[in-house]
Amino acid sequence: MSTNSLRSTTGMGRTGDKVFSGAAMAAGILILVVLFSVAIFLLVQALPTFSAKPADLTGGEGFFSYIFPIVIGTLIAAAIALIIATPIGIGVALFISHYAPRRLAQGLGYVVDLLAAIPSVVYGAWGASFLASNLKEPYAWLAENLGWIPIFAGPASGTAKTMLTAGIVLAVMVLPIITSLTREIFLQAPKLHEEAALALGATRWEMIKMAVLPFARPGIISAVMLGLGRALGETMAVALVLSSGPLIASLIQSGNQTVAAEIALNFPEAFGLRLNELIAAGLVLFLITLAVNMVARWIISRHKEFSGAN
Amino acid sequence: MSLATMTPRKRSALTRGQLPKYTPYAIAGAAIILAAALMSVIGFNAFGWGVLSAVLFAAGWVATTAAVEGSRKAKDRLATSLVVGSFLVALLPLVSVIWTVLANGIPGLLQPGFLGTSMKGVTGVQDNASVANGTPVLGGAYHALMGSVLITLWATLISVPIGLLTSIYLVEYGQGSRLAKAITFFVDVMTGIPSIVAGLFAAAFFGLVIAPGTKTGIVAAVALSVLMIPVVVRSSEEMLKIVPNELREAAYALGVRKWRTIVKVVIPTAISGIASGVTLAIARVIGETAPLLVTAGFATSINLNVFSGWMASLPTYIYTQIMSPTSPSNPGPSDQRAWAAALLLILLVMALNLIARLVARIFSPKTGR
Repeated sequence: MSTNSLRSTTGMGRTGDKVFSGAAMAAGILILVVLFSVAIFLLVQALPTFSAKPADLTGGEGFFSYIFPIVIGTLIAAAIALIIATPIGIGVALFISHYAPRRLAQGLGYVVDLLAAIPSVVYGAWGASFLASNLKEPYAWLAENLGWIPIFAGPASGTAKTMLTAGIVLAVMVLPIITSLTREIFLQAPKLHEEAALALGATRWEMIKMAVLPFARPGIISAVMLGLGRALGETMAVALVLSSGPLIASLIQSGNQTVAAEIALNFPEAFGLRLNELIAAGLVLFLITLAVNMVARWIISRHKEFSGAN
Repeated sequence: MSLATMTPRKRSALTRGQLPKYTPYAIAGAAIILAAALMSVIGFNAFGWGVLSAVLFAAGWVATTAAVEGSRKAKDRLATSLVVGSFLVALLPLVSVIWTVLANGIPGLLQPGFLGTSMKGVTGVQDNASVANGTPVLGGAYHALMGSVLITLWATLISVPIGLLTSIYLVEYGQGSRLAKAITFFVDVMTGIPSIVAGLFAAAFFGLVIAPGTKTGIVAAVALSVLMIPVVVRSSEEMLKIVPNELREAAYALGVRKWRTIVKVVIPTAISGIASGVTLAIARVIGETAPLLVTAGFATSINLNVFSGWMASLPTYIYTQIMSPTSPSNPGPSDQRAWAAALLLILLVMALNLIARLVARIFSPKTGR
């Protein structure tokens, strides 16, 4: 009797087990398939661009001369964002992990995370209306006094809808990423090292410089890389803030364009070859961000055993 | 208390070479007054005053410390001022964004009919009339709200089963296998896919499979799931990992099948974390604009069918109202609608975040019985 019932349930249970583990594995494989099909569908749809006559493409000089300025524009925007956001992000993370009173620290962490919860289109609207209108005068001042530096060459844009404004908005958007990742690592710095440094008479800054920052360096690098990935792919902030144009060196004149914004602005009206061209631009963006993210993840996984940035 | 007892204490060996405790307050006061004086010369505004006082205070404090307590202490003070300063700087955009959205959004959101009507039949004529006569702004965001909710719902329906099953595979079945490692790595990489690329993928996929230029709600939902799946996988994986192994072993010891153990023991234990992770993932994708822009098109009327026709959504509604106002000569009403929709969207995201917290608390396993 007992052997019978055991045998009967075994059959049923085994099927259930197989179905369930099969479904779980299939879901996992599906994710890999989706990621590869993202690349493949983009590639298939982008192919006509590469075989098309250069004269048929936007600009009339082939795909490379079309994509080159906007890739450079993307890099400029991301660079501005990182130059602003990295020191501030590390400062905020240090403040939360090592300076703020214990009781406040968690609440402050939530406040910074709030920055990440605001949708990008809202940042775009804020940058285009509030930030741009407040930056007109500083830009005019920059053009007047620092105009000899190429990136501040005048005349300053009258609307302040320029690359620098877009870069500042992007900086605000990558700040929470950098902050939350570096904060986690700072919190994991070995307590004994910190206490030893303090016991030897180090000031708080010396303790951080000697015990926390060296430990956190790989984590900081990968956090910045992930921030870079976000800044490269961010669309709406740039699409709404930047009044685009050809590639120029000055950051306070209207001009320049990023890949993501170029796609978002032109895709809704695009058809035919233009559609393929924009998808090819998307493919380029995808490959750039993929490379950046893979490097960042690789750095993290290399240091996984003693950092929690995953 | 006489002066005689105070003076020797100050000169004691332990406190020699240290600034008295009131120094920061004195320097702060001096900095505020000096900043006010400087601002009144070049033109006063409160923001500049605050910034200038903070900078003067930091500089003054570091300089005094350097003079009295030595360069090590001064460096420490400088680092402290920079760290605190960077935190204050980080708060500025947050406060500014929230203030801008509240100030610009409340009038539009309180407009009767904003939540109940669509943009159907609202043209430049109506907007011009409302500017000229001061009548209420017509048109609303009902269609966009419904579109956002439906598209996100479908994205959730697609991503939660896939994401949850994948995390179950990673934690329960695939531990350490090469496939599991590959999935973990590529899920991490997928979190970094630019949202516009996800949109392009869905557009390209449906463009090849159905017809070029297919723009419906479901295309947008697929695009959003590409963004949502990795978030769901990551958060559920973390939650399944912290389910104590004793529970699994107890179930196995009772002769329970592995899949029954997972369904009846592991998932119920982790459900609070999974549910809050899913809610946070929803909150993340509901604000995505770029993928919807290339997949769902722009509709001005109510469309509740995700399988046919263009669909509006809150983010694209905000975008179109700003970029191409309904009445190009009078963008005021469009701006008002855009900010009201932005406020609505932020409220939605905040509510979802709050729900995630509550869910995590309510469904968390009861302990200590």
